[in-house]
Amino acid sequence: MTGRRLETGGGWIDRSRPLRFTFDDREVDGFEGDTVASALLAAGERAGFVSPLQGRPRGVVTAGVEEPNAFVEIAEPWFEPIRPATMVNIVDGLRVVSRAGVGMLPDAAIAPRPARHTHRHVGVLVIGAGTAGRAAASEAAVGEGRVLLVDEHHVVLEPPGGVTTLANTTASGIYDDGYVLCYQREGAHDVIHHVRAGRVVLAAGAHERPLAFVGNDRPGVMLASAARAYLERFGVLVGHHVVVFSTNHAGHEAAEAMHAAGAQVTVVDPSPKVGKASERLRAAGIEVHRNAQVVATDGDPALREVTIVGSDGYRSILPADVLAVSGGWNPTVQLARGMGVGVGYDDARACFVHDGTGPPWLHVVGAAAGDVPAAFPIWVIDDGDDAEKYVEPQRDQTVADVARAVGGGLTSAEHVKRATYIGTTIDQGRTSGVLTAEVVNRLLGWAPGAQGPTNARPPYTPVPFSALAGIDGGPTLLDPIRVTPIHDWHEAHGAVYENVGQWKRPRYFPLDGEDMDAAVVRECRALRTGVGVLDASTLGKIDVCGPDAGTFLDRMYTNRMSNLAVGSIRYGLMLGLDGMVFDDGVAMRLAEDRYVVTTTTGGAAAVLERFEEWLQTEWTDLQVYCTSVTEQWSVVAVGGPNAREVVAASGTDINLDNEAFAFMRFRDGTVADVPVRMCRISFTGELSYELHVSPWHARHVWESVMAAGASFGIAPYGTETMHVLRAEKGYVIVGQETDGTQTPDDLGMGWIVNPGKGDFVGKRSLVRSDTVRADRKHLVGLLTDDPAFRLPEGTQVVEAATAPMPPAHMLGWVTSSYASEAGGHSIALALIERGRERRGGTVHAVVGDRTIACAVTDPIFYDVEGARRDG
Amino acid sequence: MLLIRCPWCGVRDETEFRYGGQAHLAYPVDPETLSDAEWADFLFMRDNPKGRWAERWMHAAGCRRWFNAIRDTSTHRLVATYRQGEEPPP
Repeated sequence: MTGRRLETGGGWIDRSRPLRFTFDDREVDGFEGDTVASALLAAGERAGFVSPLQGRPRGVVTAGVEEPNAFVEIAEPWFEPIRPATMVNIVDGLRVVSRAGVGMLPDAAIAPRPARHTHRHVGVLVIGAGTAGRAAASEAAVGEGRVLLVDEHHVVLEPPGGVTTLANTTASGIYDDGYVLCYQREGAHDVIHHVRAGRVVLAAGAHERPLAFVGNDRPGVMLASAARAYLERFGVLVGHHVVVFSTNHAGHEAAEAMHAAGAQVTVVDPSPKVGKASERLRAAGIEVHRNAQVVATDGDPALREVTIVGSDGYRSILPADVLAVSGGWNPTVQLARGMGVGVGYDDARACFVHDGTGPPWLHVVGAAAGDVPAAFPIWVIDDGDDAEKYVEPQRDQTVADVARAVGGGLTSAEHVKRATYIGTTIDQGRTSGVLTAEVVNRLLGWAPGAQGPTNARPPYTPVPFSALAGIDGGPTLLDPIRVTPIHDWHEAHGAVYENVGQWKRPRYFPLDGEDMDAAVVRECRALRTGVGVLDASTLGKIDVCGPDAGTFLDRMYTNRMSNLAVGSIRYGLMLGLDGMVFDDGVAMRLAEDRYVVTTTTGGAAAVLERFEEWLQTEWTDLQVYCTSVTEQWSVVAVGGPNAREVVAASGTDINLDNEAFAFMRFRDGTVADVPVRMCRISFTGELSYELHVSPWHARHVWESVMAAGASFGIAPYGTETMHVLRAEKGYVIVGQETDGTQTPDDLGMGWIVNPGKGDFVGKRSLVRSDTVRADRKHLVGLLTDDPAFRLPEGTQVVEAATAPMPPAHMLGWVTSSYASEAGGHSIALALIERGRERRGGTVHAVVGDRTIACAVTDPIFYDVEGARRDG
Repeated sequence: MLLIRCPWCGVRDETEFRYGGQAHLAYPVDPETLSDAEWADFLFMRDNPKGRWAERWMHAAGCRRWFNAIRDTSTHRLVATYRQGEEPPP
């Protein structure tokens, strides 16, 4: 118990506002403006923390974000798993718990800190409100528009006029063209500022380095700059008997300041040169040991004495409760490194300084730009056991650990980092990075600065995910939910949903007590034997018009669309340039110069984008205009043997007879007294009418169909039943049977490729040597012996009945698998190597630790002759 | 996040745009006359220079037009943007 609060001094604290907080179940007094660290030091605490791996006692080392030892969990009045005690300013009701470098989440759910985001556009952003930063901000305030000054500490003294100043605000990353993400802590709230600045001034200062000597991690050993900061900011004198071990004049100044505040100070300076500084120190009454080094510390556990070796080579012991170390200064340019700012080694200052490179809008000034004291170049003190000289206290890594990594053949600081975990810490190696690099250089016999510290990338300090997530506006703000105009009806009738892209689609409509399997069996039966109705509004729809619309679609689809008759519909497959299936849908020809094409629900945006890309970048001579009409048309699909009767009973002026209205035709007319475009399309194999209506009328049409179908036992059905029915018919779903590596021929759809019609996207790729390989995977059906056993989708398929040891040759995998109500057994679709040659044979599916024999069949399980589509 | 000057709309955030890879790669006049190797070269192979190169962008959340840009890959700086059909700036 040695540190104390002085009667006066401390520019950051308000002595009229005493506060009390709890640290590890003990009450600690402080003032408003204190940090947890400064209040603990004022209370005489030098230790209080332990290291994460070896459990060594540790104390506060720094006064900022570079702290490697003193971490706390904030338990009240809000929860945060881990923060450096040097960066937690105390508030009423604060309760903190010491943490050994690792945060822990509580068992119970916790509310994240509320967060919001702002966007700021400024002429100049200045990062760091020290002397250089304030000067830069003042200067910019004259004529450079809005100026924003941010500082990570909670106090900014003398903020410049005409400048917006944000304390508690860390620039966590600098990105292209003056875009800077700033993380502000506002009491219990977090704010993320998205700043776009015409010019960014980095005035982040410099971080002091420790030195590696025996016992340098003992509580009571701290950085000289920290000792001075606690004195000047918080009025805390950290010790009575202070030894300052310093390679540069900043350490000497810290010694003078503590001496003036009443401490008994001894300076140990490794430099042999006698300069003005030592004369001044001696004149002030401070004992100076020149050409001397600290070689050991002792205490139980906190520091009691320091062993030094003087210029005469003799050891002597100095009583000390604090050892303040300054090994030199590292300019804080980490934030700028990602923007291409380079650094080079400077001998006089024994550090890496900005080499002037970087984007024109980014300026590095002050200590960050290398305005730091000249330092005697020493990193490791030779005397004593390297295994007791810590370079990374937060990972309990010593000079000996680095030597082990280098002895193992590693020469790059980047590799040593990954072997030792040095610099992978909460403080991101701020105190350990340069030190470690120099230890490596030294071990390799390289000159100081031969290689620098590992590169840095954002975030500069940890940013909570909850802050990045921003306002919790519920799921709709995070990702829009798209619903059809019939959604309220689905809600009222207990639909269970499936997310398809951003759409909510009913997956099935369970009746009382039904699970999915039972509901799907019932819905399938209704479709195959009576009538069912599906909300297909989510289908993507694109209006393609213009005199060249037909020519354009001929080039986009594998088959011909230009000879489609007005009033007719044709199925089409779209490929990528690589010949792989990209999307599918139908084209309806409304007029000579106008089509509506449908896309998969998830593919609508991508297809429209592809259309636009080809029209804009390659076929600029074509006069074609594309418009998304997905939400302009709602679709009520009525299917089943009784579909015609139900549509008729809904009231329509369209002649529904097969002869008048054949399969793959559409008719405009009315249904249930509202306009309709009625399409004979079937994705189930059954007689089917798709009623395309205005979204304003969709609910009315749906309910009219439900009412008309009541006497036929109509069942609303969802995507799961749709999937089963289409799988029974062997119809593929792009994205389920395909993954971007299937040609039409792989899917058994060679019939839809029309090579005689001229060029189309992907055509040339269909005759590449790879796409005509005989051993490609083909879409086939698989039937298990046990009709009730359903193969899990994604199951891998092999040749032999005994599961081979990996790595094994996989024949393919199961893409779809369902219980087929109509067939009375389970069915599966699969992509199998040389699948079509294997029809009639057997393959084996690997399920868990056994294999299931599967008969290979055609991928059509029901109504092979297609007799049911006309009712 | 880059600031990108759409030749039609002006300077906007990168989040409004979609990237489109190498620019000035014309679709072959008659792909069928190309050998497998020539077609594969068009289909798969792209330049990867250090320094200035031409690339495509699309103003997806704006005018939805494709345009071209010169970017220096060594600094990630966009040197210029220009409309389709215009010559790359010197």
